[in-house]
Amino acid sequence: MATILAVDDSASMRQMVTFTLKGAGFDVVDAVDGVDALNKAKANKFDLVVTDVNMPNKDGITLIKDLRALPDYKFIPMLMLTTESGTDKKMQGKAAGATGWIVKPFNPDQLLKTVKKVLG
Amino acid sequence: MSIDMAQFHQVFFEESFEGLDAMESGLLNLDMGDVDKEEINTIFRAAHSIKGGSGTFGFTSVSDFTHVMETLLDEMRDGRRQITQTALDVLLGSVDCLREMLTAIQEGDEVNESKVAEHKQALDKELNGESTEVPQIENIAQSIDTIESSKAANEGSSQAGWHIVFSPHAHLLKTGNDPVRMFRELKELGELTAIVDLQGVPGLYDLDPEDCHLSWDLKIEGDISREEIDDIFDWVEDDCDMAIQTLTNGVTTSQHPTNDVAPNQINSAANSEQPAESNDVKPEKISSVQAVNQSAKPKAEKKEAKPKGSSSIRVDTAKIDTLINMVGELVITQSMLSLVGEDFSPHKLEQLKNGITQLGRNTRELQESVMNIRMLPISFVFSRFPRLVHDLSTKLNKKIELKLSGENTEVDKTVVELISDPLVHLVRNSLDHGIEMPEDRVAAGKPETGTVNLNAYHRGGNIVIEVVDDGKGLNKEVLRAKAIEKGLIEEDAILTDKQTYELIFHAGFSTAEKLTDVSGRGVGMDVVRKNIQSLGGNIEIESELGKGSTIAIHLPLTLAILDGQSVAVGDETYIVPLVSIIETLNIDESMVNRVAGKGETFRLRDEYLPIVRMHEIFSVETAKATRLTEGLLVVVEGQGMRCGLFVDDLLGQQQVVIKSLEANYRRVEGISGATILGDGSVALILDIPGLVRLSNL
Repeated sequence: MATILAVDDSASMRQMVTFTLKGAGFDVVDAVDGVDALNKAKANKFDLVVTDVNMPNKDGITLIKDLRALPDYKFIPMLMLTTESGTDKKMQGKAAGATGWIVKPFNPDQLLKTVKKVLG
Repeated sequence: MSIDMAQFHQVFFEESFEGLDAMESGLLNLDMGDVDKEEINTIFRAAHSIKGGSGTFGFTSVSDFTHVMETLLDEMRDGRRQITQTALDVLLGSVDCLREMLTAIQEGDEVNESKVAEHKQALDKELNGESTEVPQIENIAQSIDTIESSKAANEGSSQAGWHIVFSPHAHLLKTGNDPVRMFRELKELGELTAIVDLQGVPGLYDLDPEDCHLSWDLKIEGDISREEIDDIFDWVEDDCDMAIQTLTNGVTTSQHPTNDVAPNQINSAANSEQPAESNDVKPEKISSVQAVNQSAKPKAEKKEAKPKGSSSIRVDTAKIDTLINMVGELVITQSMLSLVGEDFSPHKLEQLKNGITQLGRNTRELQESVMNIRMLPISFVFSRFPRLVHDLSTKLNKKIELKLSGENTEVDKTVVELISDPLVHLVRNSLDHGIEMPEDRVAAGKPETGTVNLNAYHRGGNIVIEVVDDGKGLNKEVLRAKAIEKGLIEEDAILTDKQTYELIFHAGFSTAEKLTDVSGRGVGMDVVRKNIQSLGGNIEIESELGKGSTIAIHLPLTLAILDGQSVAVGDETYIVPLVSIIETLNIDESMVNRVAGKGETFRLRDEYLPIVRMHEIFSVETAKATRLTEGLLVVVEGQGMRCGLFVDDLLGQQQVVIKSLEANYRRVEGISGATILGDGSVALILDIPGLVRLSNL
């Protein structure tokens, strides 16, 4: 089963995402911000990265940019969790190398549907 | 898959309250000096997280409210908006309002809609310069969206399928997008035929294997809406050239391309039908949406909200790791001991002893690390004071600076929960009665701005929390006069400084000439002292007229475990808290005085101590020592007063786990709790201040 890196500085969102994905049988590692995520991404090889955008230390867009620069993550799908008002953010995310986005607020079913879509 | 979202609510509330605290302290810091970009960012992020979480967990009223705050903060962050004191005050007010909303939702109470509306209006006013109905505009946008999508769906339903020309840009794969994924999704919608176009593939030497060189001609048959097709290509819209055309019975009839392929047709399609129709539908749509929102929201939230259950605690993972490590060692010791026990022979005695020593060490370490989990930094309590001081000093027209130190001092979770209110009372008192008005301070040769220090530190086995101000100090003469007037002391009573200051802890004692709504009406300080005593602590006052006062709270490190001295009285064992023991001595009869009706006193150096005969107070008939020379006198101190406890013998010192007597039986004067000893018997823990009180009656 695929291994997913879930990044969010909000504990409740992190729990919700992790719980949902684990419940669907994925292996999930979580990270509290971009710096934590980058370290974990270097130590493991993930099949998918799901990240929040607004985070302290390193935001989601910079994280995606940094990850894309790593050979292991050149083609790995990366999804960002963003609010509907964030059209600019979507564009910035795309420019940084994001695969796509999940618009907040979302429910577990929407999350799973998108993740399964990306992972096939 | 259905997931119960309620399980995440508790964490959501906790982090939201933390976020609100962060916003509050951030907002307070902003007005103190120049604008710190990172500070605004932190505030913005907190609002953003609360909005995201509340939306996800279904608290729409909260996310709507936070949305306006977020917009305001976003503009401040980008420098598009000046940060004014009014704006900060509105934001601070909104933080309070949001906190109330969340508390109400958490506890399943009604949200105070009118108050929320009031704050929201203030925010809107700040945002737009005047009050406007922002949500309505959003609703209009939403309903247009709905109309558009239903329109699109209708349009698609008459079609037999779609013809799609899809030419990804070379970098598409490097965004993690895979054309195969999109084709797989298309296939789920209907019958798909894909013809790959290899024309773009360069020669082997020019070929970059990481680029996408292929394009596709796709035909999909079935009753499929345009929206479903758009959804699939949503993420790659800007990473490809694409043309989408409708098929009717396999024949291409009209074009709906995106990007640079015939854009004018899209526009004409959009202009010709949709706006006209949406205009017609708009009014009813909006009102019905609003009506649904209003009626559905409170009910839905109420159902989801849970009563405040058992509290949870956030623990550093390092602490948990230590704990797991300890348990690991305990398991090793246990298996070692069971190996020894399997076929025990006397020559294994040494091994057994080692094992038991190790078990003792494991247990102690385990106990320490478990206690450690309950410890929280006092900053949890201190963090509310900057706001309090800010608000109060404005209200009182005083200039006051708050300085915090030792915020990282760790205290028991229960202490954190229970110390807050007494501390608020003390700080309010300092601000209201301690610090003088700016002009009075200048006249007294002091700096115009008064200072209040909140300090926390460890001393011995205790935590000390101090409230220090450089205000006018306590006036002993005034205190004394007041106490005489209230009939608390005799006119000729001789009191030490300490005893004089203690007067303010009497119920009904208030020295403020005028009552203000800031600090209490003389019912406060006695309650403060009671609260602190219930935590096993005490409170002391030092003061110098004209220079200021220091109020120090001494608290035990933990409330669950106590260092105790066990003493024997007949068959019974009692535990005396080690911290309250001054000394233990044999009694010289010549030093004992018997006062008619007032019991016995013992002269220790220049002090007369009341003797408390334990066997009499607790009616222990088996006591071995009934004559004073036969037993020992344990001199103890509580609340600044001393007495001697007469016991048979001292047994040993040990740490005991405190079990509540009140919860299991009822409150008994002179006893603070009970514990279970190593042999399984129960020993009562003495409440020294209570006993001292008893002995002085």
